[in-house]
Amino acid sequence: MAPLFAMPAPRVGANGPNILAAPAWSASLWRRMAQNHTFKTEGLTKTYGEGEAAVHALRGVDLEIPRGEIVVLLGPSGSGKSTLLNILGGLDHATSGTAFFESENLTEMSDRALTRYRRDHVGFVFQFYNLMPSLTARENVELVTEIASDPLAVEEALGLVGLEERMDHFPAQMSGGEQQRVAIARAIAKNPTVLFCDEPTGALDSTTGRAVLHVLNDVNARLGATVLIVTHAAATARMAHRVIHFADGAIRDVVENEIRQSPDEIEW
Amino acid sequence: MRALDHKLMRDLWRIRGQAAAIMLVVAVGVSLLVMMSGMLQSLRETRLQYYESYRLAEIFAPVTRAPMPIVERAAEIKGIAAAEGRIRGAALLDMPGQALPVRAAALSLPRSMTPRLNNLYLKNGRLLTPGHMDEVVVLDSFAKAHDLALGDHLVATMQGNRRAFQIVGFAAAPEFLFTTAPGEFVPDDARFAVLWMHEEALAAAFDVKGAVNEILVSLERGANPQDVLTKLDHLLDRYGGQGAYERKDSMSDRFITEEIAGLSATSVVVPPIFLGVAAFLLYIVITRLVQAEREQIGLIKAFGYTDFEVALHYFKMVVVIAVLGAAMGCALGLWGGRLMAGIYQTVYHFPFLVFRVEPSSLVTGVLTSVLVASAGGIFVLRGVFRLTPAVAMRPPAPIDFSRTGALNNRLRRWLDQPTRMVLRRILRNPGRIGGSVLGIAVGMGLSSAQMSLMSGFDDTLDLTFGVIDRSDVAVSFFEPMPAETVNAMAHLPGVLEVEPVRGVGAVLRNGRESYRGSVTGLVENARLNRAVNKDMSDITMPSQGIVLARALADTLDIGPGETLRVEVLDGRRPVIDVPVAEVAETLLGAPAFMRFDVLNGALGEWGRVSTVYLRVDASEMDALYAALKDMPTVAGVTQREDARAAMQKLMDTGAGAMRYVMAAIAGIITFGIVYNAARIAFGEQARDLASLRVMGFTRGETAYVLLGELAVVVLLAVPLGVGIGYYLSFLIAAGFSTDLYQIPTGFRPDAFGTAGVAVLLATVVSGALVRRDIDKVDLVATLKTRE
Ligand SMILES: Nc1ncnc2c1ncn2[C@@H]1O[C@H](COP(=O)(O)OP(=O)(O)O)[C@@H](O)[C@H]1O
Ligand SMILES: [Mg+2]
Repeated sequence: MAPLFAMPAPRVGANGPNILAAPAWSASLWRRMAQNHTFKTEGLTKTYGEGEAAVHALRGVDLEIPRGEIVVLLGPSGSGKSTLLNILGGLDHATSGTAFFESENLTEMSDRALTRYRRDHVGFVFQFYNLMPSLTARENVELVTEIASDPLAVEEALGLVGLEERMDHFPAQMSGGEQQRVAIARAIAKNPTVLFCDEPTGALDSTTGRAVLHVLNDVNARLGATVLIVTHAAATARMAHRVIHFADGAIRDVVENEIRQSPDEIEW
Repeated sequence: MRALDHKLMRDLWRIRGQAAAIMLVVAVGVSLLVMMSGMLQSLRETRLQYYESYRLAEIFAPVTRAPMPIVERAAEIKGIAAAEGRIRGAALLDMPGQALPVRAAALSLPRSMTPRLNNLYLKNGRLLTPGHMDEVVVLDSFAKAHDLALGDHLVATMQGNRRAFQIVGFAAAPEFLFTTAPGEFVPDDARFAVLWMHEEALAAAFDVKGAVNEILVSLERGANPQDVLTKLDHLLDRYGGQGAYERKDSMSDRFITEEIAGLSATSVVVPPIFLGVAAFLLYIVITRLVQAEREQIGLIKAFGYTDFEVALHYFKMVVVIAVLGAAMGCALGLWGGRLMAGIYQTVYHFPFLVFRVEPSSLVTGVLTSVLVASAGGIFVLRGVFRLTPAVAMRPPAPIDFSRTGALNNRLRRWLDQPTRMVLRRILRNPGRIGGSVLGIAVGMGLSSAQMSLMSGFDDTLDLTFGVIDRSDVAVSFFEPMPAETVNAMAHLPGVLEVEPVRGVGAVLRNGRESYRGSVTGLVENARLNRAVNKDMSDITMPSQGIVLARALADTLDIGPGETLRVEVLDGRRPVIDVPVAEVAETLLGAPAFMRFDVLNGALGEWGRVSTVYLRVDASEMDALYAALKDMPTVAGVTQREDARAAMQKLMDTGAGAMRYVMAAIAGIITFGIVYNAARIAFGEQARDLASLRVMGFTRGETAYVLLGELAVVVLLAVPLGVGIGYYLSFLIAAGFSTDLYQIPTGFRPDAFGTAGVAVLLATVVSGALVRRDIDKVDLVATLKTRE
């Protein structure tokens, strides 16, 4: 319980940074505004294996994700959500089709270029946190700010997730929810263009999970990052601008939410 | 258990790289064990058998000239089992195409051709035919070095008489297991010969008809050799006895004894180091395995497998690796042993030297190796017992690094995060890091110490042939020559400088310590063959007192100012008490020096010369040799270059090859440790490394996090290895130096450099192997797994 109450949403807002006041910020924001979508894919396919044993994880995905939105990818387990996320995140190569990040074609990029892309633009949050056990919360965040070109202050990133107090704790000294919030702080500290979250609440109980969603919502609002959340918990969809239903490696339909709910209101 | 055995096979296959690295370390350890212990046993047994079958005398008593019946009287001495007399003389062989005559020992054979003692082993041809005084049997190793064939003729000069002999046989003998040119310490088959000939022929040549000049004796079981020596000396005193000595004091036997002792010491020290490292590696590898499989262990236990069954499963893995490694080691050891026996036979002339290991000792060896190697694994099994299913099934908590945080504030400003990750891991596993550092350091220390000693040979060469002996040629005489000889020598062609030396055999005594050696008389300010002190400056021969080589002073436990008793074995055999004046630096032999005239004075033989050292105009060398060949008084001519070349050759073949073996030792230990440490670090950090890649760290940056730890280990290990090697080289030098040769010590950058390079090379190779794994890592797959 404690972690949840240690991080009430209003406090983040009250203490949050005045983002637009930073000149560096507005420049990069301006650059992004010139494009009206973050991602655009055409006929994206991914096949694992060959012949009889081939698994068609993606069977032709056409998709456009507008800049600055929270997009939730919903679908049954094994439907190809993670595969899509990994390709868009520059972790994996597509078998065919194209995937554009802004004006850059991800499917044509070399490994080196993909590393550069991840380093400069992408934040990841995974189900199992993946923090460095040998680094404190602060250092886990610094790990990213040290190599990013335009990072947030470490305190600021940890403040956004409500963990200023626990900056010098090691992962082993934190609960699952706290670890996941550090992971989010680490993902946003580079001031990413896009934030990918694969089942970010999958390993958490509902209250802790709700707090994590709250942070994601906040990051989107304050930093203007496009947030892509993969989940199989349908309720999460209510906080999204846009919900993509996934089945059998293809998009079944896309729904734009007229009214978004705050994560606090979401029932699990 | 069938299912678990399948798991065992798969696990072994999965960690095959690591398993192979450990097996290699075990194999090297076991092979050295098998090779050295087998070699030792073979050497000891072969020597014993050779000595016994050919009835090698246990005591040798040289005498000037004793009538034949003395042999029977000697045989009656209590404690003596058998006695034999023979004639021994020095001969010079004129080898075709060679300017320099070769020195030879001529030994008599009785008419029966089977002496009671010191029989010879006929390798080819036949023994002498009665009445054919011109027949000789020649030492086989010499014949081989000169490509002599049966029926060839040899021209020998004895006491100034040149005679041609016909070779009828080639033989070896246990008293000539190890042969060097007289006064030298390195074997050179080409420059020393033994001729066996008819007693009558030798008696005529040396004018000792009806007499002998060497008594050979074997002892009764349980006889006290010291008593026998005393009684023999007493018996032979009238006939010019030169002091009886035991077989173990003969050069040939001493060299092989030293060899056996050295091999024995090495076999005790080196293989255990490898086995210790293997045990350590098994410990860390199995620890990691158990840690990674804690969930599986919990699950298996939850199914109802007992702790014992589960522990046995992991222990089997240890045993499989150890046994396979040991088996490889045995094969390698048997092969290496044969190779080694071949090398030994070029130096020690055994009639046969079969490398043979008792199957039982092979089994014991392997068993010990397996036990030692598994000791590491057994520690881990405690961990298996302690894991309860409940603990194992709990979701894995991140490894706790909170206790390593203390460094944080001080280091914060200096270190980036990847470096902190490296440091924290080191701080969290000090034992493992320490073990790795120590293992590599010991391996490096061992090999650098050995290489130091080998490059110490250079010092021996330089000191012996650059500083002490600066002559071109040394000429020795059959018997001490009058002072005019120096003058005569100076007039020989090409001679630029002559320096006389008087040498006498002597027993040196200080209280209960005694040493059978010689005293060398040098002119006051010797230039061609000198004594030097620690600073390599000349020692002026004192008007009173004796100068002892360091090795000799150590053996006799005596220092400057103390009085030494010298029992001269030549001439009037005076016994004199002289103070020790100074200690001289030598690396070969254990000489004692007195002033030329002082020594001669003590002997009552003014100006006598036994050897002259010459500096020679190189262009007139051949003319000089031709002149020397015709001088009946000359017993031997040694060219300093030949002696030096013989040593150089020994170094280049045996010692030179050992250099690579030693570097390989450092390399293999380092590879075993670094590769395993890297694999384990990779296993533990695969997820962290994948996360770094996901965050946009490049491959190089990611590799740094993994390999940084190893870099630290190696950087710590190298200086420690230098320290250990330096210290060890002193220990070895102290332990292996004898009065025959002393091992110089000192810091040798080349030795440490080679060992260091081997360590770094092994590090780079193992780093590269693991780096390949980092590059292959499947980001997505790694992040999906929980551990
Ligand atoms: N590395 C892989 N090799 C083979 N098949 C894979 C691999 N990764 C995913 N798949 C398969 O691709 C399909 C889609 O997987 P994934 O994208 O993880 O689904 P989701 O995230 O929607 O649960 C599944 O059938 C899965 O088994
Ligand atoms: Mg998934």
